Amino acid sequence: MNVVVCVKQIPDPADPGALDPNTKTLKRDGKLILDESDSYGVEMALQLVDAAGSGEVTLVSMAPNGEVSGLRTALAMGAAKAVLVSDDALAGSDALGTSKVLAKAIARAGEADLILTATESSDGYTGTVPEQIAELLQLPSVTFAKEIAVDGSTLKVQRQTEAGYDEVECPLPAVVSVTAGVVEPRYPSFKGIMAAKSKPVDQVTIADLGIDAASVGWAGAGQEIVEIAQAEAREAGTIIEDDGEAFAQVVKFLDDLKVV
Amino acid sequence: MTDYRAPIKDAMFALRHIGQLDDLLATELYSHVDAETVATVLEEQGRFMQEVFAPLNASGDREGLKWSPEGVKTPEGFPAAYQKFVDAGWQGLGAHTDFGGAGFPEAVAAMANEFDIAANGALSMCPGLTTGAIECLQAWGTEEQKEVYLPKLVTGEWTGTMNLTEPQAGSDVGLSTTKAVKQDDGTYLVTGTKIFISFGDHDMAENIIHLVLARLPEAPAGTKGISLFIVPKFLVNDDGSLGARNNVKCVSIEHKMGIHASPTCVLSYGDETGAIGYLVGEENQGMRAMFTMMNSARILVGIQGVALGDAAYQKALAYSQERLQGRKIGGDSKEPAPIIEHPDVRRMLLFMKSNIEAMRALIAYNASALDLERALEGDEAQRWGEIAELLTPVTKAWCTDVGVEVTSTAVQIFGGMGYIEESGVAQHFRDMRIAPIYEGTNGIQAMDLVGRKLGIRMGAVVGDFIAGIRSLDSDLAAAGDGFESIRANLADAVSSLDETTQWVMTNGLADPLQALAGATNYLRLFGTVTGGWLLARQALAAKGEIDAGSDDVAYLGAKITTARFYAEQCLPLAHGIAQTARAGAGALYEVDATTLESV
Ligand SMILES: Cc1cc2nc3c(=O)[nH]c(=O)nc-3n(C[C@H](O)[C@H](O)[C@H](O)COP(=O)(O)OP(=O)(O)OC[C@H]3O[C@@H](n4cnc5c(N)ncnc54)[C@H](O)[C@@H]3O)c2cc1C
Repeated sequence: MNVVVCVKQIPDPADPGALDPNTKTLKRDGKLILDESDSYGVEMALQLVDAAGSGEVTLVSMAPNGEVSGLRTALAMGAAKAVLVSDDALAGSDALGTSKVLAKAIARAGEADLILTATESSDGYTGTVPEQIAELLQLPSVTFAKEIAVDGSTLKVQRQTEAGYDEVECPLPAVVSVTAGVVEPRYPSFKGIMAAKSKPVDQVTIADLGIDAASVGWAGAGQEIVEIAQAEAREAGTIIEDDGEAFAQVVKFLDDLKVV
Repeated sequence: MTDYRAPIKDAMFALRHIGQLDDLLATELYSHVDAETVATVLEEQGRFMQEVFAPLNASGDREGLKWSPEGVKTPEGFPAAYQKFVDAGWQGLGAHTDFGGAGFPEAVAAMANEFDIAANGALSMCPGLTTGAIECLQAWGTEEQKEVYLPKLVTGEWTGTMNLTEPQAGSDVGLSTTKAVKQDDGTYLVTGTKIFISFGDHDMAENIIHLVLARLPEAPAGTKGISLFIVPKFLVNDDGSLGARNNVKCVSIEHKMGIHASPTCVLSYGDETGAIGYLVGEENQGMRAMFTMMNSARILVGIQGVALGDAAYQKALAYSQERLQGRKIGGDSKEPAPIIEHPDVRRMLLFMKSNIEAMRALIAYNASALDLERALEGDEAQRWGEIAELLTPVTKAWCTDVGVEVTSTAVQIFGGMGYIEESGVAQHFRDMRIAPIYEGTNGIQAMDLVGRKLGIRMGAVVGDFIAGIRSLDSDLAAAGDGFESIRANLADAVSSLDETTQWVMTNGLADPLQALAGATNYLRLFGTVTGGWLLARQALAAKGEIDAGSDDVAYLGAKITTARFYAEQCLPLAHGIAQTARAGAGALYEVDATTLESV
């Protein structure tokens, strides 16, 4: 079984990020790392290939400046190869632009039985790319997977909902977004890191993918960030002294929030 | 509380500019390693430690260990975290490639070790001791012993211990009385009690390989009569599977000031049937075997200084930006300012930062000298070996003493909160305090420096080392603006070191007591000046990178300022420390035990 995983490389969330006041987008000129949300998809893919007994995991990523650091992490975890799309013309791409590029890159990655993504990236949060890719590739789309099993040519997914989960089935190939936290991503082993050095990364431009520059980047974006504002400062919390009756206040607090 | 972040950029900077990374990677021995992989390895190892070891640091300290006759139970989460460490293969980073190791330079392993110690000082002692066992067996084990024990030690599936200390034999290992008697089948029966054995028992691995110093029945007295034995917790069958439980028991664990999650065990050998041991190396040559791993084991303890120092610094720096007290001097705001605005708090932060970077550089340099000794041949190898010998006691003692001061300074920055356990800095200070004591007390290190190391090649090694520090002067002069105080203070400090070294060598030959009386202060002087030299070299390297157009001006500029702070506020102390190192033994023996009594 061959699985393609779309992975995003993002600025390290532990470093203070900055927005470019002109473009109103996140500055991403420094070193990028594997988006944690994608590490679950990579782990899920590795487990599925393991369970199938054959096949491999291929990564697909779009990133500026030929960035491969995050890809190397996922390759060190066990993915076999990667396709990286890097092109100056891609700066400013909106969600649909990104999906167009990823869909083409997925096709370039070879026969895939399954395409995994995260539900949303940790630095952009549009949360629409997985469904757009499915549409562009004319494949079934399943979202918020918490468990995935393959039975012949049928995909069985437990799809997380607010109340519990749905059991969903669809034919393969399909595009499935994986909920963060549903598996424990493995750490790259030392051997994995060494092996990752020689794993192939197919670096391509939009021309290689046959994409028209006018349909992506700032030029092709149908979506625009018109304003950015400072997040409101968090208000100080309330401290309840427990005189034995604090539970009542906690219940009232939760009740006011309408969570109980 | 601030989460620990591994200082990967500075570790790479220290490796490249002080740890001779390019020279190392150009040798045949390390030809399988490249600089990019080194960077990736440090990043992934650092991330692993941040995410897996660090979250258990405070909880492990609070929960501590549980002893029962069945053995020692480590705190919640420790066995699982250790298993991940094994799965990721980090134990093998510096081990030889023959038995599954990655064969990376010690200098690189040293930087990685900083991250695991900083993330979790107590837990990281276990892999540290395993590394010691690996090195010992690599150097002295028979082929068969290597095949039986090394593969599992290198993966970390089995862990190692070092058994030197006994109730009556601490600094003076020669007083040990644990016995070993040869059996007809060539094995030895070991009986006796060892104390203070770190990770002497635990529940994180299926087997523990104890390396034990013991004495044969007719052995000469003192260190010349000590032999080294492998005593596995579980005997190993011919097919490699685990066999019978050996007769070694953890009879109790200590209650300690710090490293609460590191079991410090009393191990009883052979109180029923005799514990089966296997001789390592030759009979009566145990101390020699110990000495082979001594350099790297001592450097590893030195690393605890920089590691816990940096962990504490990171917390203190964050707190200094959050805590509002007092007004900014010269500011117009009536609002309370973050304490980082106050000069004394800045002094403390820069004291910490500069000493941390000096320690990191000293460790990189010392470890790279060990690597070059191994990787080169002939005179060159010997030269680097001598430098490693000279520096090792300084790395061990200076870094651990400074580590105590740095962690203590972090407590100070927190004010009253620093004394409260919740802040987390108190733990680093408590955990740090053992390092000047074990692996040869710092007093013993100072005697080693003065008594043995200064004399190597009739003083030529230390002479060349000091000349090397002096020779930086022309580069500092050429660097011009911003380097004046670094240059002037280093020149003064190295003169103090030079004169004092002459004094110690002259007087030490005539009357050892005079030299040994000042040994600890001499080591302090040596470390202080060497730290200043390494910071100055880093400042020059940072300037070089800026001049070459690097865009990381903030980081590089701070390196220059840090070196300047150290030159202006730490190096001038060299002159005073030199006086104390040359004070001689006079006053020390004008008093006796009775006149010393305070009541
Ligand atoms: C938490 C912990 C973990 C440890 N782990 C291990 C371990 O894994 N394996 C192991 O074998 N041991 C271990 N030790 C033991 C440790 O190495 C010894 O405590 C240390 O070597 C000092 O020995 P001592 O305690 O007997 O002190 P002593 O030797 O009694 O020293 C007391 C004081 O006298 C000074 N002194 C002693 N002799 C001289 C001298 N000749 N000249 C000048 N000054 C001198 C010392 O510097 C010290 O200040 C551990 C100890 C602790 C507390």
